[in-house]
This record gives sequence, C-alpha cells and structure tokens, in this order.
Amino acid sequence: MNQTRSLIAETASRLFADFAGAAADPSLWREDLWRAVDEMGLTRPLAAGPGDVEAAGFADAAEIIRAAGRYAVPLPLPETILASWLIASAGLPVPEGPLTIASVTPGPDLRLSRRRGGWKLSGIARTVPWGRYAMMLIVALEGAEGSRIALANPAQAEIHEGRNLAGEPRDDLVYAGASLSDDAVAPMPARLGPDALFLRGALSRAWQIVGALERVLELCVQYAGERVQFGRPIGKFQAIQHGLAVLAGEVAAARAAAAAASALLDEGEARFAVAAAKLRASEAAGSAAAIAHQVHGAIGFTQEYPLHQSTRRLWSWRDEFGRENDWGAEIGRAVSAQGADALWPFITDSGKGMQPPPKPFEREA
Amino acid sequence: MFDLRFEEILLPSDAPQLRREVRAFLDEEIAAGNWTPNSNFSAGFSPAFSRKLGARGWIGMTWPKAFGGHERSMLHRYIVTEELLAAGAPVAAHWVADRQSGPLILRVGSERQCREILPRIARGECFFCIGMSEPDSGSDLASIRTRAVPTDGGWRIRGRKLWTSFAHHCHYALVLCRTAPDGADRHAGFSQFIVDLSLPGIDIRPVVNLAGEHDFNEVIFDDVWIPDGMLLGKVGEGWSQVMGELAYERSGPERFLSTVYLLRELVREVGGELERRQAEEIGRFVAHLWTLRQMSLSVAGMLERGDVPELQPALVKELGNRFEQEIPEVSRRLVSPLSAKRRDEGANSFAAALEASILHAPSFSLRGGTREILRGIIARGLGLR
Repeated sequence: MNQTRSLIAETASRLFADFAGAAADPSLWREDLWRAVDEMGLTRPLAAGPGDVEAAGFADAAEIIRAAGRYAVPLPLPETILASWLIASAGLPVPEGPLTIASVTPGPDLRLSRRRGGWKLSGIARTVPWGRYAMMLIVALEGAEGSRIALANPAQAEIHEGRNLAGEPRDDLVYAGASLSDDAVAPMPARLGPDALFLRGALSRAWQIVGALERVLELCVQYAGERVQFGRPIGKFQAIQHGLAVLAGEVAAARAAAAAASALLDEGEARFAVAAAKLRASEAAGSAAAIAHQVHGAIGFTQEYPLHQSTRRLWSWRDEFGRENDWGAEIGRAVSAQGADALWPFITDSGKGMQPPPKPFEREA
Repeated sequence: MFDLRFEEILLPSDAPQLRREVRAFLDEEIAAGNWTPNSNFSAGFSPAFSRKLGARGWIGMTWPKAFGGHERSMLHRYIVTEELLAAGAPVAAHWVADRQSGPLILRVGSERQCREILPRIARGECFFCIGMSEPDSGSDLASIRTRAVPTDGGWRIRGRKLWTSFAHHCHYALVLCRTAPDGADRHAGFSQFIVDLSLPGIDIRPVVNLAGEHDFNEVIFDDVWIPDGMLLGKVGEGWSQVMGELAYERSGPERFLSTVYLLRELVREVGGELERRQAEEIGRFVAHLWTLRQMSLSVAGMLERGDVPELQPALVKELGNRFEQEIPEVSRRLVSPLSAKRRDEGANSFAAALEASILHAPSFSLRGGTREILRGIIARGLGLR
C-alpha cells in the first residue's frame, strides 16, 4: 500500500475505533460522530477543500470506506464521499453536512421536468440510505436530453422511514413536484456514464463488506483461541480450523476483487471489474456470516455479543447496489454476447468496454 | 496479526506484446490441428510441443542465461503459462521441470547439475517427475520410507514411490529419501536425489486412473545405485528443500484453470439468448475466474519480489480448486440433458468437455496438496495452529 493510502487508512481506523458503542442503534443520529469525522476531514476526500484529507482516487478513498465498514460507523459516510465526488465533478459547489445517494437505480418512478427558473422533481427515491438525516440527496437521472445529476433536499419530500436488516435507515423519499433551482441540476460529466454513481455505490458497498468481513474474521480467530471446550481452545479442532480457513479465503477474495476494481476505476470506467467485485463481496458476505455464527455457537447469536453488528450489516450490504445474482446475470449476458472465444481475452482485459445493458436489472421485475 | 492482502499488480509494459506473440503461436498450432485443446494440465504430454516452446524461449524463462534461461521476470513467465493453460495446450511434458524441479536445482543444486540439466530443460528436451508420495505416505510426507544409503562414490536407493505422473516418459525423478534414521525431529534426516530413470533397478508400473488414462505410476527402486553428483542440495536438508519445491508447485494459475475450457464450451453451447439462470451462473463463474486471476497475479508479483509466501498460494489453490470443481457440477444443469450427452466430433464439444471435467474433478483437490492440508496451512497462517 502506498504511503498516502496507508495514512488515510490509519487516520480513519484510529478515529472510528474510538466510537465505542457507536453501532448501538444506527437509526439514531449521532451528530457528535458526524462532527468528529467531518472535523478530521474524512467526509469529502474526492472533493477535498482546505482541512480535508485528500484522496488521489477511489482506491485511496476506499480505505475510509473499508474502515467505516469494519467499525460499523452509523453515518452516511460512503454516501457523502460519493455524492461530494459527483457534485464536484459536475462543477457544482458541495453542500455542507451529511449527503446521500439512492441505493437503487432511479427508474421511471423519479423524474425531472423543466419549470420556470428551474426544475421540478416528482416521484419516489427508494431505500435512500440515511434519507431522513441527510442534508441533500444526490441522484443521477436519465432523460431525453441525456444524464443529469440533481441535488434535492430530503426536507422537500414526504419521508417514509424504513431500515435494512442492520437497522440502518433506508427511507423512501416521495417528491411531489418539488422545486429545484437551476443551480441544483447539472449535466453528468461527459466522461462518466449515466451509471457512474450507482457503480461507485456498488464498489463502496463491496469495500464496506470487506471491512465487515475483516472484523468478523478477527472476532472468530479471537473467539476460537479463547473459548475452551473439551479441555482445549476450540480453535484446536480441525473442523473449526477448516471453517475459518474457508472464511479467510472469502475475505481475501473479496478484498482482492475490490482492490483490483478500484485500481481499474481510477484508470477509466471499469464496469465489469466493479460488477465482479460487488458479486464476489456479496457472495463472501453470506458465506462468511454463516461460518462465523457457526464458530461462535450460541453466544454469537445474542444481541450482547458484537458479532451481529457485523453480520447484520453483511446481510444488508450484500443486497444493496446489486445482488450477486443481478450482477452475475449482467456479466453472463455480456460474455455470452461476445462469444465463447472472447471469454479468455475478456478476463485478461478485465472486461474492458463492457457496456451497461439496455435494461438495468432493477427494472426487470 | 495475519496478512491476507493480495496487492494489485502492474504487469510489465511489454506484457501485451508477449501475450500477442503467445496467442499468435497458439492460434497457428490449433489451426494446423497439431493438438486438441483440453486444458487439463495433467494430460497432453507432447515432447514435440515442449521443444517448440523451448525454441521460443518460453521454458526456464526466469533462469540465468548461463544455464540456458532467459532472465525474464516471474510476471513474464506468468503471462506465457496462463495463455498456454487457457488454450488447453499440451504442456505436461516439461511442466514439472519448468515449474519446480528446475527452480529447485537452480536454488540448491551444484554448478555441474545446473550446467548439465537446466539448459536441457529450457530447450524442452528434459522432463522430470516428482518422487515424493509413497503407497503409505501421501499427505503425511514425513512418514516416507524410501531410503538412500551412502556407498562407494554414490548412494543406493531402495523403496517405492507412487503417483509419480509421467514417470514412464520422463528422464529424471526428483526423489525424496530418508538418509538418517527416524528421530525426535520428524522433519530431519531427509535428502533429495536426481535419479536418472533409465538406470538399472528401476521398475515403473502403470497406475491407470478412473478415466482410463495412464498418467500415474508406481516406481520401484531396487537398490538403485546413483553417483554422488546426483545428490541435490545437502544431506539432511531434504525436508526444507521439499517445502520450497511445494511452494513453487502451489503458486501457479493452473490451480484454477483446469476447467476453464468447459466454461468456454458452456458459453458456446448456451448461445446468444440466455435464460436468467444461465446468465447468472456464467456471470458468477466469470467474476470468480477474474478474481482468482487477480490473486494469482499478485502471488506472481510476490515471487518476483523474492518473497516466499505460504499463506497466499494456499488460499488461491483452496479457492481455485473449489471453483474448478463447481464448473462441471453447475454446467451439467444449465443445458438440456441431451446436450450433455450428445456425441459430437472433436474433443471440444460441450459434452466431451463436461465428461472429462466430471471424471477428473476429484483430482483437483487432491493433487499438489489436498484441500484438507491446505486448510491446515491457512489455519496455521491465521495463528490457530
């Protein structure tokens, strides 16, 4: 890891490790934690101003996201990092405070239309992470004239509260002709595809999963070394050792995929690599959670023991920004369209040039 | 704690050029019908093909030029080997010699052994097999009983080795022997020898596998005399030498490419209009394949840096073998039952590829270190053992 990246990782980890009990109830807003993260300059590394930690690219920013996953930080930190990146890329000023993005591709349900002096936003933004607490929702919308990004205040929406399996807020925001000023909307930068935000959301969740997986493995190894049954630590039994070896493989694979995808994304659009990384991470999330609970026995199944703080997030994050089977279907179709003899070159080129499908998978149902 | 990182690798700038050269060569070979691609690297023993590769400088790539090598990096070697495996080329003849026997000789062998053997391997003219396992010693390698007793100007070897793939076609076996009695330290008292398989007293008996193929052998050493100059490395250092040799054996892309040809045939078989389930499973395999390749490239980078990782190659092989075995198990359910059974011409048809994959699949998680041994190595790397 280069020096900047490890410095970013260390800064984030040290701060988040201090948030003891931060994961207690993620539906409660922790203004103190948000201030601490913001003051440390970790909230907009890809749109850094004075006092902000500056990330050279996604791969560097990912270290903050991975740490947020590991320490179960109850804040829309990945969302703010991505939103601020996109806003800055579009040449707009980045608003203060926590920001958020939609975790499903906005579909025909959410529409921008022209009005005098600005825009009107109508429809539903679904399962918005931390929607009820965010200062601004950033969405990427496709229209007749191309892709646009829009900044909409959640306060202008009717908020239907929801949560994921980890209890993190996932709210539906219903907009009924909300007025947006002209400077709240901008064209999507030409070099980015319409899915650029959703893709980075997927890679962020992959990194959050990696962080949670690392935490889960750490808990398992520690527990297996301390829990004594039949006269020895359970980690001495082959069945436990083999389960943890498989878990380690899943952690390593998820991280390797996310790291490779991040490096490629920093070189240019990398849809296949991101899809593969999210697929691999989503799959690892399920396998790892199962093994971890098995190794921990009943104590791991309690509210009191910390394992569920990570496993409920694994079960949640694996479904957000595309499940493994959704990304799998897209990759499968892309590979099939290129033909059997293009399979190996596709792999060695890391799927360069794989285009979004005509119908993104969210719209299939 | 433990480090499970697989850092991204930057391939050398001439990598695309080298890859194109290898692909062009393979395309010519396939077009000429010189062999049928099948990608299961334990089959496809072709001295003629190995010589062609040797002539192109694609064997012994990382060795010193003084010993017939080409002083290229582990990453260059990785590019060549992955292209050969992905194409299902017949690399079995020189594979072991290039991958592990040659590198071991280079590391611990005498000047004379290096001068006399390495250039022949690099030319694709000298083939090695692995003399480790015995009838009573598989995963428990330290329990081997083949003995080498010092005698006038040499050693006498007595015992039997098992599995020894392609011993019936190889020039040499790299044989692990006991040279000191079993003592308190299980790993002490071993030495390795380079044994010329044409010597008197060596009996090679075929062991046919369940696919009806003869790769395996039992090799019986009946007081075989070999000269002193064929001791490899130092007396008593056999165990640590073998561990180094196994590290080479475990770290390559062959650990997940055994059934990539079936995946290719599956894509060909299902054609253009995919059902959702077919798309999902194919996409999943492609994502896993890409991930495994990234990890394997990273290991090649570690070797190039001079590291000798144990944990990372074990992880790649453990994941890779499961991936290889899943491809036939899933593929058979994604096509119509008739497609899986139909007889087509040419070994590349889906049905033929599926059949061969199913039959060979059990061996993937046995050869080069069983799944159980690998998981134990990983557990040790996690600090559990």
